[in-house]
Amino acid sequence: MIRLAFALLLVLTALPLAAQSRDVIIGLSQERVDITANFDGSEIRVFGAVKRSTPLAIGENLDVIITVSGPSMPVTVRKKDRVAGIWVNTQSVEVDQAPSFYKLVTTAPLNDILTEVEDLRHKISIPRAIRSVGAPDNVEDARNFTEALIRIRKDQGLYAVLEDSVRMLDQTLFDAEIALPANLVEGTYDARVFLVREGAVIAEYATRIDVQKVGLERAIYRLAHDQPLVYGILSLVIAIAAGWGASAIFRYVLN
Amino acid sequence: MQIYLPIAEVSVNAFLLLGLGGIVGVLSGMFGVGGGFLMTPLLFFIGIPPAVAVATEANQIVASSFSGLLAHLRRKTVDLRMGGVLLIGGLAGAALGVVIFNILKGMGQVDLLVKLCYVIFLGVIGGLMFIESLSAIRRARNPAPTKVRARKGRGWITALPFKMRFRTSGLYISVIPPIVVGLLVGILAAIMGVGGGFIMVPAMIYILGMPTKVVVGTSLFQIIFVTAFTTLLHATTNFTVDMMLAVLLLVGGVVGAQIGTRIGVRLKAEQLRILLALMVLAVCGKLAFDLLVQPSELYSLGAAAGH
Repeated sequence: MIRLAFALLLVLTALPLAAQSRDVIIGLSQERVDITANFDGSEIRVFGAVKRSTPLAIGENLDVIITVSGPSMPVTVRKKDRVAGIWVNTQSVEVDQAPSFYKLVTTAPLNDILTEVEDLRHKISIPRAIRSVGAPDNVEDARNFTEALIRIRKDQGLYAVLEDSVRMLDQTLFDAEIALPANLVEGTYDARVFLVREGAVIAEYATRIDVQKVGLERAIYRLAHDQPLVYGILSLVIAIAAGWGASAIFRYVLN
Repeated sequence: MQIYLPIAEVSVNAFLLLGLGGIVGVLSGMFGVGGGFLMTPLLFFIGIPPAVAVATEANQIVASSFSGLLAHLRRKTVDLRMGGVLLIGGLAGAALGVVIFNILKGMGQVDLLVKLCYVIFLGVIGGLMFIESLSAIRRARNPAPTKVRARKGRGWITALPFKMRFRTSGLYISVIPPIVVGLLVGILAAIMGVGGGFIMVPAMIYILGMPTKVVVGTSLFQIIFVTAFTTLLHATTNFTVDMMLAVLLLVGGVVGAQIGTRIGVRLKAEQLRILLALMVLAVCGKLAFDLLVQPSELYSLGAAAGH
């Protein structure tokens, strides 16, 4: 809260008087998320303010959309059908790029504050954030596959749309909390804030959040990828040592 | 206490993993099976990616089998010569299995094949063991003039060349059947993420005719090397061995295996076999049920080819 107030102070003192444009600045409660051994999800608070040079016009209504997206990767979506009584993967669609994580929070229902065209331009809603070029000809309902991808990731807590979840004060100050689940993928996450008026984006701000493993987690991960044979042998040695050790202790305790 | 697994990239309760390891460890010690056929599906259920579950399970089986093997070595219930012959087949089979696994992964059919393998193998073996154990118990209760059933169908095995004497097992048979058994178990071990004990134990009893008391120790001997080899293959090709997951599972598993070995010594062979048969059938039934009933989510996600 103190940080929020401080941000507000900064904004108010830094307001340029001449400019006509609306602008937006934001801050994050953390710009780095460390995945440690006991990482159990995290929460990022995005806060910011609308910079304005002229007073608010009557009836002018500003809305804010915040998105946080994880690294994009190609995904194969498969569909099961009943073949000879059992359920088998029969069709598959390759989605070229889908963010591993995508959360969208807004001040009002997205359909009310953003037009289709603007969504397409800025790739804001989840279906727009996923890039799917073309489905194979033998799949008639490719759209269902993309919907399934979104549905599954929503169930895993990786995708979410939270409308009305940005608190906005006096059409100027706003803040929102974005929960990061425990099954987070490492990488650079993009946080974007859109200032919206009458269906159109009038200002945009983007920043990055680094999500990375630290400490033992990082050491294990790096060794596994840089020196896989050493890692494999080490895994076996640790396993056998622990197996033998526990067996010896157990015998000692019993006898 | 939640713990983040560095390779699986998920956060799981550490006590859940310890508990799972312990329960499966008890069964592993009792029956001489690696427990992978229970642990691997359980890991899927708690949200570990299948590729990581299969590879890590191989690593964990090495450890849980190691303490079990030590216990059997001490009691001299391991036929090292037979184990060595089985192992030759096992290593070749594991390498072949990883190749098959990777081809099917590219086709998106690996889950189905793994489950079908489970249903077929567990169903046939569990059924056979159950019937066999039941009639053995009936014979034991009713020792009257029932004639001991002649061992049929082993004539062709005695006719094969390259005979070798296996003193601990009291056998003089060709090395071809053990090598073939080892090979098949090696393939299944790599594909299904299991040690393969649930197939090897009956194969040793019914095909090779080994005495039950050396079967468990000898199968552990073969399993430990085949799973170690599989672990290395997965670690170097798919980077899917999660050291932290393996350590947690094995801490529970090793203690469980010690308890299980002691329980196993006290039970009679027939009781042991009928228990194992029932367990095998239960897992088989569950998997068959899942394949036959319409899943609540028809779609599934996978990494795109080449990833």
